[in-house]
Amino acid sequence: MDSAFTDSAFSGPARSVVLDAGDIGRAIRRIAHEIVERNKGAADLILLGIPTRGVFLASRIAASIEQIDGEVVAVGALDVTLYRDDLRLRPTRALEPSAIPDSGVDDKVVVLIDDVLFSGRTIRAALDALNDIGRPRAVQLAALVDRGHRELPIRADFVGKNLPTALAEQVRVRLIEFDDRDEVSIEGGSN
Amino acid sequence: MRHLLSAGDLDVDSACLILDTAAQLASVTDRSVKKLPTLRGRTVVNLFFEDSTRTRISFEIAAKRLSADVINFVAKSSSVSKGESLKDTALTLEAMGADAVVIRHSSSGAPHRLATAGWIQGSVVNAGDGTHEHPTQALLDAFTLRHHLRDGTGDLAGLRVAIVGDILHSRVARSNVLLLRTLGAHATVVAPPTLLPYGVNEWPCSVSYDLDEVLPNVDAVMMLRVQTERMQAAYFPSVNEYSRRYGLDIRRMGLLPPHAIILHPGPMNRGMEISADVADSTRAVMAEQVANGVSIRMAVLYLLLGGMSEDDRKGL
Amino acid sequence: MTSESTVIRGVCPYGEEPVDFVIAGGVIAEIVKAGTGAGRVIDGSDLIALPGFVDVHTHLREPGHEDAETVETGSRAAALGGFTAVFAMANTSPVADTAGVVEQVWHLGQETGLVDVIPVGAVTVGLGGEHLAELGAMATSVAQVRMFSDDGKCVHDAAIMRRALEYVKAFDGVIAQHAQEPRLTVDAQMNEGALSGQLGLTGWPSVAEESIVARDVLLAEHVNSRLHVCHVSTAGSVDVIRWAKSRGIKVTAEVTPHHLLLTEDLVASYDPVYKVNPPLRTRADIAALRAALADGTIDAIATDHAPHPHEDKDCEWAAAAFGMLGLQTSFSIAVLTMIDSGLLDWRALADRMSVRPARIGHAVGHGHDLVVGVPANICVVDPAASWVVEPLTFVSKSRNSPYSGMTLPGKVVHVFKAGKATVVDGGLAW
Repeated sequence: MDSAFTDSAFSGPARSVVLDAGDIGRAIRRIAHEIVERNKGAADLILLGIPTRGVFLASRIAASIEQIDGEVVAVGALDVTLYRDDLRLRPTRALEPSAIPDSGVDDKVVVLIDDVLFSGRTIRAALDALNDIGRPRAVQLAALVDRGHRELPIRADFVGKNLPTALAEQVRVRLIEFDDRDEVSIEGGSN
Repeated sequence: MRHLLSAGDLDVDSACLILDTAAQLASVTDRSVKKLPTLRGRTVVNLFFEDSTRTRISFEIAAKRLSADVINFVAKSSSVSKGESLKDTALTLEAMGADAVVIRHSSSGAPHRLATAGWIQGSVVNAGDGTHEHPTQALLDAFTLRHHLRDGTGDLAGLRVAIVGDILHSRVARSNVLLLRTLGAHATVVAPPTLLPYGVNEWPCSVSYDLDEVLPNVDAVMMLRVQTERMQAAYFPSVNEYSRRYGLDIRRMGLLPPHAIILHPGPMNRGMEISADVADSTRAVMAEQVANGVSIRMAVLYLLLGGMSEDDRKGL
Repeated sequence: MTSESTVIRGVCPYGEEPVDFVIAGGVIAEIVKAGTGAGRVIDGSDLIALPGFVDVHTHLREPGHEDAETVETGSRAAALGGFTAVFAMANTSPVADTAGVVEQVWHLGQETGLVDVIPVGAVTVGLGGEHLAELGAMATSVAQVRMFSDDGKCVHDAAIMRRALEYVKAFDGVIAQHAQEPRLTVDAQMNEGALSGQLGLTGWPSVAEESIVARDVLLAEHVNSRLHVCHVSTAGSVDVIRWAKSRGIKVTAEVTPHHLLLTEDLVASYDPVYKVNPPLRTRADIAALRAALADGTIDAIATDHAPHPHEDKDCEWAAAAFGMLGLQTSFSIAVLTMIDSGLLDWRALADRMSVRPARIGHAVGHGHDLVVGVPANICVVDPAASWVVEPLTFVSKSRNSPYSGMTLPGKVVHVFKAGKATVVDGGLAW
């Protein structure tokens, strides 16, 4: 991390925890409830997480829906790298696995799940990717955090927490499956 | 990764990255929409100074599935036959704005030269140079081996592979020996001594003159095309003798362990290095090799062109 | 002395005690105590005087390939390299296989006048290896050819080689053989070894050279004639030549600067500037060649200066021409490989770069020890200087130097040919 700079001019980036493990758990349960409510049950639902952390969130939401509704929800992963519009702005990215449930997406309700909703470009790429895979009956969007600053006309259907941020700030989501703990924090932006 | 010139340039991480990327991209082949927008606006030139329809088509499909613009520059139908040099051709392509040049050339090292002589800025992919290398063939072979003999992930540690035939003139053999070593597999090259290069003992593989002795101890056997014109240069006495001693027929296939598979880079000389019934057997995976070739070449093109290019970087 | 005399003041002959060389009438008129010679003074302090170098193996390309080099540009490069005589190989276009062509080359050399250009005659008509060229006519021409070679091609037919060796005895000629068995080197691109196998470049096996050298020394013994082996490149050839000399066979041999320094590893770059025939070999070969040059088994350093136009090197390996420039770097490579390594002292270096090569090819007036009365062919060098090789600054028409960018020791400062300064302070006198 940037903490290599201990000089006072570079005093460590400001960092504040906005969701702890308990908050994240509650947010996931609420999203699960809302999904079931909106779709009047969990039949024909497919949760597609966007790698990396969206995939873990999708699994957690699916488990939560199963508790609520008793129904097993199909879960998958949808890597959108090949559809991104910013590929040429960075070195080549490694691809993440995509896993579409065997049933396919045709005539299903697909809920895309991402950790942070920001510019909306990732979701735009996800919609394009989905379009090449099949024709869902409907596509909905769930995000653990919506930090604003949309650059495209995209809106989340289910949001864990709305988090007003400055552009210079960074929202970091940590999940125990991948990181050392469950936590959402805001970092940097003090200048 | 800037160029792909030699399988020897790949370390285990970059080789596995290519294989893993190919595995992700392979699913595109199974979809109804077999196209990705990833390389839209990029130009890939297939620069083929040597006839190889199958390799050219494989690269062409790979590039098109990634939405790149593809230009085929084939020596026979171009000014190369009028004596235009590699350099002048390269300068022409550079002026036309090629982002990547996929080159097949009869002269060993021509891709290396194209990448380092300062004639062009774009990426260079070696699609087979003389008797030097054919790295994407080795990658698709590794991909095929990994799919059949491993669980489709990771390296090839402990795998034993026999490579049989005209090792001396084979770019496929060179690339495979290097890549198999990198991936932790053990290769044995099998050929009459005349078709083994001088100094082969220093290669990272075993050497044998006796196919029957090798076959029971391998997980896969890779048969190489043997050109009958080699006979005229006294590399072996006759097709019959070659076939008897080094051809893979039904009897020899029986020597292989039950799980072992048979590969061939194509095109095959049925009746020469491989008998027709072996080529058509269920253990032969040539059709998969061809399909995997597209995925591997998509992966290579994506990894070379899917990010910031030299031009993009300069623009920053 | 008269006002026409020149004094090289305080120069160290062969790196020994400083003296003044007084040059007059085209000869070394006096060698006197430093500071006492009279005449126009050229400062030689901290410099070493050696007999002017003689190159028994140069390609000047004229007539026919003037885009690569001419007798004039090659002469300029030779002079700057410390040479006072060069032997111009016969593989021109037309081939130097008649008195007419060798006389033309000789005249062009005389016109330029910076070095004595001594034509080498072809052994066979058109270098075709089948019919003997008119060796006698070339020998009695104004060029007085004594060395004959099909260099670039091997006189591979044993019967033709035997006849050529026999025939030149009539005028004390010598056959300089490019030892390369053609059937073993079809399409050969580089030294045959593990690396050629790895790079997929057709190998040029040592045995293709050694088998011809062995055959030829036996032929030379059988007909009691003189054989010179061009550009020896392998340890095995050294062994054969050493054996032949021990038997009293009249064989001499040369080695190129690049075969004393560069190894085949450079080929891995596929940069054709390293493409040369015979090919760059291994470290072990280099060690054997240096040792053989040191003990006299190999008689001479010869450049095999082979200029090529840019387009013949700015291409893929297989399409590129064989050959490297050598005239302007030969002395420095000799210092680097033989002096700095302690294998030769200055007197011995003079022997290998001047005395013996002059003797091999009958270069009249050249290769004399620096004593009073001999023609003043003198090369004055700065052993302490070093320089960076920048081929764009070469006076040769071509740029194909494998040493580009290298820092080399030793510099040619002044050169006198028959008493006349051709190089002064590192630059051409005219």
